[in-house]
Amino acid sequence: MAHPTHAVEPTRRDFLFIATGAAAAVSGATLVWPFVQSLAPDAATVAAGAPVEVDLTPIAEGQIVKLFWRGKLIFVRNRTPAEIKAAEDVNVATLRDPQADAARVKAGHAQWLVVYGNCTHLGCVPLGHQGEYEGWFCPCHGSIFDTSGRVRGGPAPTNLPVPPYTFTSDTKIVIGQEATA
Amino acid sequence: MSHSTTYVPKSAFAKWFETRLPVAGLVHSSFIAFPVPRNLTYFWTFGAILVFMLAAQIVTGVFLAMYYTPNAAMAFQSVEHIMRDVNYGWLLRYLHANGASMFFIAVYIHIFRNFYYGSYKAPREVLYILGVVIFILMMATAFMGYVLPWGQMSFWGATVITNLFSAIPLVGDTIVSYLWGGYAVGNPTLNRFFSLHFLLPFMIAGVVILHVWALHVPGQNNPTGIPIKSGKDAVPFTPYATIKDVFAVVVFMLFFAWWVFYIPNYLGHADNYIPANPAVTPAHIVPEWYFLPFYAILRAIPDKLGGVIAMFSAIVIWVFMPWLDTSKVRSTAYRPLYKQFFWVFVAVCVLLGWLGAKPAEGYYTLAAQICTVYYFAHFLIVLPVLGFIERPLPLPNSILESVMGVQKVGAGMPAGAHAEPQSKG
Ligand code: HEM
Ligand code: FES
Repeated sequence: MAHPTHAVEPTRRDFLFIATGAAAAVSGATLVWPFVQSLAPDAATVAAGAPVEVDLTPIAEGQIVKLFWRGKLIFVRNRTPAEIKAAEDVNVATLRDPQADAARVKAGHAQWLVVYGNCTHLGCVPLGHQGEYEGWFCPCHGSIFDTSGRVRGGPAPTNLPVPPYTFTSDTKIVIGQEATA
Repeated sequence: MSHSTTYVPKSAFAKWFETRLPVAGLVHSSFIAFPVPRNLTYFWTFGAILVFMLAAQIVTGVFLAMYYTPNAAMAFQSVEHIMRDVNYGWLLRYLHANGASMFFIAVYIHIFRNFYYGSYKAPREVLYILGVVIFILMMATAFMGYVLPWGQMSFWGATVITNLFSAIPLVGDTIVSYLWGGYAVGNPTLNRFFSLHFLLPFMIAGVVILHVWALHVPGQNNPTGIPIKSGKDAVPFTPYATIKDVFAVVVFMLFFAWWVFYIPNYLGHADNYIPANPAVTPAHIVPEWYFLPFYAILRAIPDKLGGVIAMFSAIVIWVFMPWLDTSKVRSTAYRPLYKQFFWVFVAVCVLLGWLGAKPAEGYYTLAAQICTVYYFAHFLIVLPVLGFIERPLPLPNSILESVMGVQKVGAGMPAGAHAEPQSKG
């Protein structure tokens, strides 16, 4: 094709084309924002995340209790001395997600383990007192957790996380509230 | 090929209409006069079967949606209400639930037909990739549909599959909470899945139109893989392909009916008749059968992110097949070496499906790992290398010759075997 060799001076019309196109692109992109944001947990769901109080007295030694906070499953486990010892005696350096047992319980309350109850692999509920370490065993793809809820085998990448909670007395915890002191 | 239509409107009204909206001409050139290779087998009827299944799912689905309640507290009850109280509700639901499986049976036959006859190769790459897009949309639709009855398998299937996205570094957890609309699978999740489950089949219908459009440019492939060269290689779509397609659809409907009326729950899981319980995972969760090979690949990799990447790659790799396969010969019938690898590949896919339903432990995991490696090797090693080292068998000169035998071509043909002369570009 025979193009004129000299560069054509941009005209006012070129400027208007580009300005209009840019305005349309920016407003189009902006419009996506509210649609995407609408998918996020809504105000009611967030409000339902208020802290919950749990009375520990009825939980017998060795027992695991399940409850929900913010729609998420939580295990509260009253560990036996043997289970505590097993959790503490592990060489932390050998773990996939290295964490000492002491860092996963509250000081002076080693008996109580509070963790999220969904496997960190793809979210199934692991079965208590099962698997090689008698902590938990996940039936879905075989992840193994110890009595501290730390991953010891299978595809789960991390330990069962510890939710924010605090002891308000020796027999009461509040989940969803960190100690203020 | 741009076939100018040979349609001639007869009545005055047809003429008037055709000059305003030339749809009759489009239908005529696409589904009546359209030349189809004369040697097509019943493997070429699955396209029509798939169109039928899509329509069947949309019709049964729209009716189910009239009685179904997308609310976590009521969904399970509403499905039982459909089963027990709604007139013929049991039929609508069993048609829809088994229809999803029939849809996948048909699509897998259709896909492996393409693999065997090299239909993905030039000039049909875009047509083929649109097919992969349809398959991915079908998987998304079926997955979200399975969540709707809100039984135990629905809930835990939804949990496991949405959690796949949590493997994405940094933003994974945020993405997952945006998928859920909460901190776990719950009512907002069910609502949006219902909305999308309703929408996606219509998007599939849109892509199907593009797929058929792209098909009508080069025309259909055929068992020899060689193109139509003269009118004698082809027959007109109507009545030849039309009647064959209708016959195949009817036979397929018999097969479909057998499932619906005799073993309607065979392909489902008993656990899905237990209402969703977020505190207990069923002892043995497995996805629907049509996802099993991919699920086996996911579990074969002992790493979360790695498993997710492998699973998605197993489908995405299909898109690259037209360029990974270096052989110029389309039909496997003329590729003696590839024919063996093709059947090994089929066996590996079936085996993966079987392993996907087994617990992920011991030898099962090992076997799944071996199959996964082979699956990818088929695409990344076998397909590129064979094109260079294989000596294909001699191809026939024409479709006609492959049907009639070399001697007979040019000599007199049996009466009635003459099709109207077609000009094919
Ligand atoms: C690509 C087409 C479709 C596929 C593959 C598909 C698949 C499925 C599956 C697997 C189920 C679960 C069945 C069960 O176990 O109960 C389901 C349920 C459902 N689908 Fe679809 N579906 C499709 C199209 C549609 C459409 C177009 C609609 C509505 C317009 C729809 C509405 C429903 C409803 C209301 C349910 C819940 C009732 C039930 O579980 O039986 N579906 N779908
Ligand atoms: S969800 Fe627990 S191992 Fe996969």
